[in-house]
Amino acid sequence: MRLLPSGTTALLAELDDLGQVQGLYDALCEDPPAGVVDVVPAARTVLVVVDPGVTSLGALAQALRSTAPRSGRLEHGELVEVPVVYDGEDLADAAGLLGWDAAELVRRHTSAQWSVAFCGFAPGFGYLACPDWPAEVPRRSSPRTKVPPGSVALAGAFSGVYPRESPGGWQLVGRTPLAVFDLSREPAALLRPGVRVRFVEQRR
Amino acid sequence: MTRALEVVSPGPLTTVQDAGRPGLAALGIGRSGACDRRAHALANRLVGNPPGAAVLEVTFGALEVRARGDLLVATAGARCAGPWPHAAPSRLRDGELLRLGPPVTGVRTYVAVRGGLDVEPVLGSRSTDVLAALGPPVAAAGDVLPVGPVTGPLPGVDVAPVAEPPDGDVALTVLPGPRRDWFDDAAWAQLTSRWTVSSTSNRVGLRLDGPPLTRTTQGELASEGMVRGAVQVPPSGLPVLLLADSPVTGGYPVIAYVVDGDVDRAAQLRPGQGVRLGTT
Repeated sequence: MRLLPSGTTALLAELDDLGQVQGLYDALCEDPPAGVVDVVPAARTVLVVVDPGVTSLGALAQALRSTAPRSGRLEHGELVEVPVVYDGEDLADAAGLLGWDAAELVRRHTSAQWSVAFCGFAPGFGYLACPDWPAEVPRRSSPRTKVPPGSVALAGAFSGVYPRESPGGWQLVGRTPLAVFDLSREPAALLRPGVRVRFVEQRR
Repeated sequence: MTRALEVVSPGPLTTVQDAGRPGLAALGIGRSGACDRRAHALANRLVGNPPGAAVLEVTFGALEVRARGDLLVATAGARCAGPWPHAAPSRLRDGELLRLGPPVTGVRTYVAVRGGLDVEPVLGSRSTDVLAALGPPVAAAGDVLPVGPVTGPLPGVDVAPVAEPPDGDVALTVLPGPRRDWFDDAAWAQLTSRWTVSSTSNRVGLRLDGPPLTRTTQGELASEGMVRGAVQVPPSGLPVLLLADSPVTGGYPVIAYVVDGDVDRAAQLRPGQGVRLGTT
């Protein structure tokens, strides 16, 4: 773990891979050091933001170095089932990029054990990773200006569900009626880091 | 009768702001909140509110509001032209108008009402996040913003003797950021010099104009977490100093951070104003 400076209120822990990020994030959530305000996991890093009135960056660095990563997210995380109608505009293209046909992509996408690695891009947008997802899917060469809410999509090694209408460059493979981000619900965001996700095919 | 502020004219941009939404960044939800946190807290203190109570953040003045019921109001931050006493709690009687002219210096004026603005909170905060499109809608003519119950005693202060935002060059202290090593020493020297604030700045970030910075490390950076104060360098080479509605993660390298205590002053910089980034 490399600790990089991020101003007077945060440190950025840089790790070797997503697995280490998840291990550190889960450990920090389970037993947060004093004064921590926010913990933001990403692909290779975890940003830890503190209240400088409560703790110092030196104390935070020490706490981070002595944090033992927590493993076993795929056994312990809360499970969310996401029903999907696989009729996305890019389904055939995405399958072709992976060397499959559409049916094979659906079979593999629904049998994979996904979990939310981190959020970003928009409130409630989770980047879903899966240790045995075999391949990376490039983003579309020209992003769409409007992706409908509920779109289930692939990019890189990740799956995602668009929480609301937005521009987007991910390959659209299907859509879900499930509102993954709903301000009238507690919790508003279903796809929080650490949550396990299973996609379930739904006939249209 | 419920006490309230009625928006007659919001000026260029007026939003409701409080201390924001800490603790939700892992869900992709940024902190948001008042851009100039010190001025926000001062406006509240002057009317005896808790420091994090919801107020109006008025951008470039020109706000007109009418009192419903008798109110106690204080402004802080950028002082606006006009007869309204700045940084001094003042009565606004039922039906009376508060009119702010353009700011004399600075950009953002905070209007606190004793009792706080009691609009519906979203995810625990009454702040409008213009990037994430979360929180109360941007203030519009005809809005009626309810005022909450009075909670604390009055501070017994007539006027707060605070310095106004300066109109010349402003110096901000920067520290090397997580991707300082994506840039060479020449780029760092160029960063720690004088920039001009661009007119495209907003609550998300202060955009700086000057000779563009060149990266020595090429390639794509995996998105990573960042907070207010980050100085991000997009492909244009023109740095962006992230403010209250900063994205939670970003894929452009952060060359530096402005120390947190200086970020509030950055939020009062006007388009065209000079800013000097320096190390201590």
